[in-house]
Amino acid sequence: MKQLLVFIKKEFYHVFRDRRTLLIMFGLPIVQIILFGFALSSEVKNIHLVIADYSKDVKSQKLINKIMTSEYLLVEQVNLNYQEIEQEFKRGEVKGALIIPVNFSSDLLHSGKSQIQVITDGSDPNISKTITNYLTAIIVDFQQQEALSDQVPALLSIQPEVRMLFNEEGNGSLNFIPGVMALILMIICTALTSVSVVKEKEMGTMEVLLVSPFKPVFVLIAKAIPYLLLSLANFTLILLLAVFVLDVEVRGSLLLLYLESTLFIITCLSLGLLISNVTNSQQTALLISLMGMMLPTLIFTGFIMPLENMPKIFQVISNFIPSRWYYLAVKSVMLKGLGFSYVWKETLVLTGMTVGLLSIALKKFKVRL
Amino acid sequence: METVTLQNIVKTYNNGSVKAVDDVSFTVKEGELFGLIGPDGAGKTSIFRILTTVLLADKGQASVAGFDVVKDYKEIRASVGYMPGKFSLYQDLTVLENLNFFATVFGTTIEENYELIKDIYDQIKPFNNRRAGKLSGGMKQKLALCCALIHKPKVLLLDEPTTGVDVVSRKEFWEMLKTLKRQGITILVSTPYMDEATLCERIALIQDGKIMTVDAPENIMKAYPTKLYAARSREIYRLLLDYRSDEAIESSYAFGEYLHITLHNKVHDGLSKLNEIAEKKGHVEIQVKEIKATIEDSFIRLMGEKEAKV
Repeated sequence: MKQLLVFIKKEFYHVFRDRRTLLIMFGLPIVQIILFGFALSSEVKNIHLVIADYSKDVKSQKLINKIMTSEYLLVEQVNLNYQEIEQEFKRGEVKGALIIPVNFSSDLLHSGKSQIQVITDGSDPNISKTITNYLTAIIVDFQQQEALSDQVPALLSIQPEVRMLFNEEGNGSLNFIPGVMALILMIICTALTSVSVVKEKEMGTMEVLLVSPFKPVFVLIAKAIPYLLLSLANFTLILLLAVFVLDVEVRGSLLLLYLESTLFIITCLSLGLLISNVTNSQQTALLISLMGMMLPTLIFTGFIMPLENMPKIFQVISNFIPSRWYYLAVKSVMLKGLGFSYVWKETLVLTGMTVGLLSIALKKFKVRL
Repeated sequence: METVTLQNIVKTYNNGSVKAVDDVSFTVKEGELFGLIGPDGAGKTSIFRILTTVLLADKGQASVAGFDVVKDYKEIRASVGYMPGKFSLYQDLTVLENLNFFATVFGTTIEENYELIKDIYDQIKPFNNRRAGKLSGGMKQKLALCCALIHKPKVLLLDEPTTGVDVVSRKEFWEMLKTLKRQGITILVSTPYMDEATLCERIALIQDGKIMTVDAPENIMKAYPTKLYAARSREIYRLLLDYRSDEAIESSYAFGEYLHITLHNKVHDGLSKLNEIAEKKGHVEIQVKEIKATIEDSFIRLMGEKEAKV
């Protein structure tokens, strides 16, 4: 036991004295969270919109004021003719235009019908669709208000009310957080452990360790424990960043979330140990754990591309990627607030993978050079 | 009693295409300081790895401290002190941390066996808080020796401990080995430096994976079969070529500032014969003398005999 403790202490010395590893270990999550949370957000904010108001009366002004309060649109009120609007679009700054015709108010009053033109930059279909949706929602809302105040029956009495369940505000970070967690833990745990054992082989220290009463199993445990603790610290860091920087709410049990994460970390550590036991140089180990793990994790976890849209064969492959199951579990626990009864399947799969990987790793451990 | 035995050990690499150790047998007696002497690539490290159980031999049996290297590998690992040829301590740990780590791994403490390492440890103690990677070559070897000794092993296996170490440190290192020997520890040490051979009680000369001879160094030198001469002149390289082209000369090779020469048996007065050849070829400042063979001369002769047999 004392031997194990001193070994673990030694591993901590290694980690804390290796600035590069530390930087990767704790710098990567911060960069990733910020990247995925802010830069790669799928929300559309601050769209430039021009409004050409030819009606210029109380009603049109009311509508414009309403649009201007939207935090998603940056409204510029200008009177431009069609040619000028086209020029604006060509310059690229403006993504949408709203044109209120001259007889907007009178048409509305007399016939109860009026037309408004919305022009969007179709070269960016995603933004284009978003603008149309935003504007339609605002206009429908406006219509209802007008109908109430003018005692005119609303034209559309049934409104489809869209709610994004579990994410009412449409916070794009929500979907990324579990994915980023899976990605970071997968890469850090696997890469760092795989390197740490191979390093001993490369430096020759493994030879000395082998010629000692130290049991091979202990080498694996001693290597895994420091990285387990560091990864849990890392997980906490990601969680704190998610909650305080990206306003993600942890709905489910924090304990369950930690338990699932610990399980996933152990899965990754086993994978790392397996890689380190079958390779002989740090370079090979890094190459396998980074190149070999990064891409499948990105693709098959399902947080960047939905798995449902993939060909059947890829869906089958995704079942073998541990991060996929962890991603599902975290989404259920953290975002939906579900209990263990909803994630038992993921837990079982991860446990199975861990046991399998660990036993292969143990079997592959060479008691000789 | 024999502490280390090797019987017909064979080790090949690359599926048998490279023969690193070829039918090697020798024994090391209890409490002996035994040297394995041979150039780089002779198979010394392979033998050490087989004895420390980290490498499996293709054929043959070996035992250390009464344990079989294959069956009882765990017992051997717990009872030997091993210092690999390459510096193999944690470079990012300090001197004290390394020593503490290895002491604990072997289930002991620095204090417990302090007496054994005291002489060596005192020399590196001022650098207790320096990282092992930042130590000089000699210091590194002293630290590695301390780590190998910390659990009071019965057998000490040192693979080229003095390679890459300056002359003064090398001398100190051998003094330490003698001190350890006096404490009853059996020591098997390898070295490519022939001049270190005489510091051992018995040596094995190894070349291309084969043991050429095993004996006390004095006996090996005494067993040199013919008279050996040293010669020099102003143009030493031309002298070498001239000697080599003469029929009476058996062998001639450069050795430091001199040429070492042996003559065929039929020549009776070697000294005058060598002088005569040199003068005939017009050499000046000629010096010729009879000398005693060193281990290196023996090694070169044995190597030549081995090649002649092949």
